[in-house]
Amino acid sequence: MADESINKGRRRFLTASTAVIGAGGLALTALPFVKTWLPSARAEAIGAPVTVSIAKIEPGQKVQVGWNKQPIDIVNRTPEQLKWLAKQDPRLRDPASKEPQQPKYCQNPWRSIKREWLVFIDICTHLGCVPDYEGAVKPEPWDPEWKGGYYCPCHHSRYDMAARVYQGVPAPLNMVVMPYHYIDDTHIEIGVDPSADEIKQIIAANEKLAASLAKGAA
Amino acid sequence: MSAFTQWFNERAPGLGVAYKKHMTEYYAPKNFNFMYYFGSLALLVLVNQIVTGIFLTMFYNPSAAGAFDSVQYIMRDVQWGWLVRYMHETGASMFFIVIYLHMFRGLMYGSYKRPRELVWLLGMFIFLALMAEAFMGYVLPWGNMSFWGAKVIITLFSAIPWIGETLVHWIMGTLSVPGDPTLNRFFALHVVALPLVLLLLVVLHLGALHEVGSNNPDGVEIKKHKGPDGHPLDGIPFHPYYTLKDLVGVGVFLIICAIVIFFAPTVGGFFLEPDNLLKANPLVTPATIKPVWYFSPFYAILRAIPDKGMGVLALLLSIASLFLVPWLDRGKVKSIRYRGTSYKVAITIFAIAFVLLGTIGADVMPTWLGYLYGNNAEAIVSSNLMIARILTIVYFAFFIFLWVYTFFGLEKTRPVPERVTTHA
Repeated sequence: MADESINKGRRRFLTASTAVIGAGGLALTALPFVKTWLPSARAEAIGAPVTVSIAKIEPGQKVQVGWNKQPIDIVNRTPEQLKWLAKQDPRLRDPASKEPQQPKYCQNPWRSIKREWLVFIDICTHLGCVPDYEGAVKPEPWDPEWKGGYYCPCHHSRYDMAARVYQGVPAPLNMVVMPYHYIDDTHIEIGVDPSADEIKQIIAANEKLAASLAKGAA
Repeated sequence: MSAFTQWFNERAPGLGVAYKKHMTEYYAPKNFNFMYYFGSLALLVLVNQIVTGIFLTMFYNPSAAGAFDSVQYIMRDVQWGWLVRYMHETGASMFFIVIYLHMFRGLMYGSYKRPRELVWLLGMFIFLALMAEAFMGYVLPWGNMSFWGAKVIITLFSAIPWIGETLVHWIMGTLSVPGDPTLNRFFALHVVALPLVLLLLVVLHLGALHEVGSNNPDGVEIKKHKGPDGHPLDGIPFHPYYTLKDLVGVGVFLIICAIVIFFAPTVGGFFLEPDNLLKANPLVTPATIKPVWYFSPFYAILRAIPDKGMGVLALLLSIASLFLVPWLDRGKVKSIRYRGTSYKVAITIFAIAFVLLGTIGADVMPTWLGYLYGNNAEAIVSSNLMIARILTIVYFAFFIFLWVYTFFGLEKTRPVPERVTTHA
């Protein structure tokens, strides 16, 4: 008790450093607690890839499978359905699929890896209902010019045979195409992208096909 | 900062007053020693239990069919879930270590004596609530030891004459063995009712303490000698002096907790029993039923008595005796430092007996006796029981001694100083 004077600078340094280190420790402790809210290993397992055989899906037929607790539709499009696809462009909101609703390798006129096969998440971009598959090319109550597609029973949103949204409906965006790839000709794996090399090949092949189809149409 | 404080105080003057009363102008004796860490540490563990508990309820499923799996889900699938659960589980055991030391501190320095009887009583109620809280918490994972522990403890109530059977059914909510109704109500009590009771009791415990002021290792009343400013000469403001001192204790304590959590979360089956890693099975009783370590001294007393009703009575009495300490001890001198030699010997023997009873309740003593008797199982069992009975008598003898020793003035005390012995 010889020197009663207070070294204020040192006191301030000690207070501040204690507070900063304490706050840092608290923040680090809080981190695991915050992280418990992230999807658990179980939740991630639900999102694990799903392999589907497409060998027995007839042209015009649709098969629905579950992936990540969501309905995945796989449609074997008929030549007639495909014929009308390009002609719908003027009636669509996003005919060229500019919005990021699909992987890059599916950003083509048919929004798929192979032209015949449509694979996507059948969830309406309006409020999350599951639109019905109405594949027949025939006049429907909601559209006398119907060329096949998806019709949402909740608020009457309509999509074409590439799950692209029509104008004049509540849904704002095309339905989502999630990552998928072909294991072989008859099996696709949902939830996994193709390899980088395959992606290059897919994009090149589809560009070539689109160009030749455009030439044929002209 | 001061502008903010002023803005605040103009709108809620009571909060500033309360902060001063309980922190910056709560004068605590300046001679607190090591034993005075455990009050604030208990508060820290309580906060830990509440925070980790809230996070566990987010993933736990309180049903007989889903409880065990949901705990395994927390341990394996939930990100960092293992850490949250081990913090909660280690916290439960740490709570009792801290509370037992806190209570022993009270006995050593006579902190239960006038004018602090109410502080002691409220503390004992906290201990009681904590035991109920810990027991029900142990049932929730619905492991095999959870199940059989619940069954055995609830069945204790059947020892009560006439209403026993009905009472057991009322607690279990089933006619046979613990099931969904039991688990559901234990869950509600563990996560809502008892924590509320505990928090209320802690507030009352601290409120009562801050009215009369803290005792100290010398057992002298610092309020007797006040300076010209009206503050006790031997007192220092709780904040910043003791908050900073406690911060050091917190640091050491958290290091110990971290070692347990990260390197030995089951502590060799003491904090978490191996039988609880098996799902509850009403058809298979674990080889040995024993409570978690913190109940083992009382469990040893229960088992030492060869009669169901009397055993339960002894168990209740062993806890009730602690409630009565302020009135059993008539001695005027508070601190062990100035009390008679016999008291020092008695409280030492009492503490040793309590720990040894724990080793019997936790089935550690038979292993020790094995070194003495080899494979002679009969000798081990009989001497284990004999030791349990002797220790039970020693446990209760302490309370009788305390009363006789002080009531009849047999104690030869040393002079108590006027002021705390460390004053300059």
